[in-house]
Amino acid sequence: MSNSIYASNPYHEEERRHTISVIVDNEPGVLARVIGLFSGRGYNIESLTVAETRHRQGLSRITIVTSGTAMIIEQIKAQLNRLVPVHSVSDLTIEGPSVERELALVKVDGVGEPRVESLRIADIFRARVVDATNESFVFEIVGDTGKLDAFIELMKPLGLVDISRTGVVAISRGPEGMSGQE
Amino acid sequence: MAKDQITGAAMVIKALQDQGVEVVFGYPGGAVLPIYDEIFKQNKLRHVLVRQEGGAVHAAEGYARSTGKVGCVLVTSGPGATNAVTGLLDAMLDSIPLVCLCGQVPTHLIGNDAFQEADTTGITRPCTKHNYLVKSIEDLPRIMHEAFYVASSGRPGPVVIDLPKDVQMALGDYTAPTKVTHKSYKPQVKGDVAAIKEAVKMLAKAKKPIIYAGGGVINSGPGASKLLTNFTQMTGFPITLTLMGLGAYPAADKQYLGMLGMHGTYEANMTMHDCDVMLCVGARFDDRITGRLDAFSPNSKKIHIDIDPSSINKSVRVDLPVIGDVAHVLEDLIKVWKSTQAKVDEKALKSWWKQINEWRAKDCLAYQKDDKIIKPQLAVQRLYELTKHRKDVYITTEVGQHQMWAAQHFRFESPNHWMTSGGLGTMGYGLPSAMGVQVAHPDALVVDIAGEASILMNIQELGTIAQYKLPVKVFILNNHYMGMVRQWQELLHGSRYSESYMEGLPDFVKLAESFGLKGLRATHPGELDSAIQEMLDADCGVILDVAVAPEENCFPMIPSGAAHNEMIFGADVKTEGAIAEDGMVLV
Repeated sequence: MSNSIYASNPYHEEERRHTISVIVDNEPGVLARVIGLFSGRGYNIESLTVAETRHRQGLSRITIVTSGTAMIIEQIKAQLNRLVPVHSVSDLTIEGPSVERELALVKVDGVGEPRVESLRIADIFRARVVDATNESFVFEIVGDTGKLDAFIELMKPLGLVDISRTGVVAISRGPEGMSGQE
Repeated sequence: MAKDQITGAAMVIKALQDQGVEVVFGYPGGAVLPIYDEIFKQNKLRHVLVRQEGGAVHAAEGYARSTGKVGCVLVTSGPGATNAVTGLLDAMLDSIPLVCLCGQVPTHLIGNDAFQEADTTGITRPCTKHNYLVKSIEDLPRIMHEAFYVASSGRPGPVVIDLPKDVQMALGDYTAPTKVTHKSYKPQVKGDVAAIKEAVKMLAKAKKPIIYAGGGVINSGPGASKLLTNFTQMTGFPITLTLMGLGAYPAADKQYLGMLGMHGTYEANMTMHDCDVMLCVGARFDDRITGRLDAFSPNSKKIHIDIDPSSINKSVRVDLPVIGDVAHVLEDLIKVWKSTQAKVDEKALKSWWKQINEWRAKDCLAYQKDDKIIKPQLAVQRLYELTKHRKDVYITTEVGQHQMWAAQHFRFESPNHWMTSGGLGTMGYGLPSAMGVQVAHPDALVVDIAGEASILMNIQELGTIAQYKLPVKVFILNNHYMGMVRQWQELLHGSRYSESYMEGLPDFVKLAESFGLKGLRATHPGELDSAIQEMLDADCGVILDVAVAPEENCFPMIPSGAAHNEMIFGADVKTEGAIAEDGMVLV
């Protein structure tokens, strides 16, 4: 905590994790604008994913997991909305129920009992084997962040070598789509 | 090749003309030569050649702020673009509409570390409202028109268009501007009616109201200032203006409490601190305004009118936000006030004014008079007194003590006559800005109230003033110090004046003369009026070097880390230890 009076939070609020979806024009520099906004204004990024979702309209969807007080989160959304190529911003954490998923590829090496044990745990977690050699597996696992963390934790003593994670993607539950994609 | 196809460079000029641009401030270079060639071939669009690209951007800012139009800049790639960066950020923080055209190396060389290549869109991304890299001639007409729309609509700001040289030379079809409906950028102009009705209720119930208005009123156009004046006079509420808002309400009116904030008046700051309902109109609760946040106007309900939703609840939590353009919202506010026959609490208002007048009686801008040495406050006051009969007076400033003295002692009756770098605090802003104002208003009186340190930051622009015979007056309050730095060192760092004394100053009279301008000097209070008059009477550019009291401090002042009701004053200063330890970390 800095001792700057201007920067302090006089409202002493709790920080909360929020998942924010942003519909943007799929144009050069748009991701840099979003990332620059977060770094320039000192906001957290816990996870960020981006891909084109509507090819014909040239739209991409960015999913950002961030944390902050209610006032900071409100600022983040307003600042995102201020960017010219941003069509809409949606706070999935407070705008009703939503689902979040993340995919991880997890490489484990080993022979004998640990190797069998890793397969058993993978089965419990419904992870799939997408690559196998005599001394290694690559598992593909899908779930929320907590499930992935738990799986990785269990793989550590069994010869965990490498992890690649997509970061969180999320979507609201129910029939409504996000605005700004017309 | 289709018959009516034209080059990108010709398209740029055509688009500028179609957008109503009359003048471009710029500096040529390799990557913009095709555009300069097109400028040479026509007579409608005027080009003003500055001496450094930074000067071009500030000149365009001065032009924009004094006219309400979009300022236009043309610079080359690499160093041309990077020199423009400070001005772009200055325009960003003060919400000034600019379009800055930058040359770029040809598209096939981008990323190659080519000669005079810079990642202009990368560098300017955080200091512009938006920027474009034009990769194909087909996109050029749309981007040109869109840039003007983005710069001037919503909360205004600077827009950069990066133009590779091959695109400038390519042939394509030009399309004239149509009414732009941008696919994603749609600023909200009309305020929510329910919120405005609620605002009227809150204001009518107020016992200790204040209106606090800022640069958003100026940006909303002269109509917004009229509406603000109407509403204020209809209600009888006290009003204070920010540094950016000066002129939005006539300073001569008795309901005006002066500027608020760090160097604002005692009455304005106390009224803010003790009010029960605050109506913030187009201002953004900047840290120079609020002082210590947790002690800022602690007992008030706050209504905030702003076109930019990100200004709401940024630092100060408000009770009722109204998103929209100031003029539109004020128009509706007045309508609802009248239609609901809202009445103010006359009795409460009367005792509120009694309290305010007691604060006023403190006469917080008073300073020790001196008959041997010119006090800087006196210099500004005399300049004001000798020019106040004129309607066409435009004041620009540099940054520092002189800027605050100008804001305190020069009085503005109408908007768009006061140009100062408020948000970024850019030393060297005033001279080029004054140039831009003078280009827009050739017959007006344009004075840059300057300090001897700031003026040197863009002193090269005297060349531009000479070339175009711009009768800009440079009024230097010369105290041989970076005055505000010295003041803070006195208040915060035991009067250890580290690197704040200005040695090696030029003889400003000779400097002016060397550019073919007039140079004047005043060193004694007795010479002040005649020197100012001589400056005003000259029909050419003038530097008037006024030797002022070197160690005069700018008061009153909210020390950093203090609250509105903890101001310090000129008469009773005990400067040593005036700022508490925890205030020292602040700027």
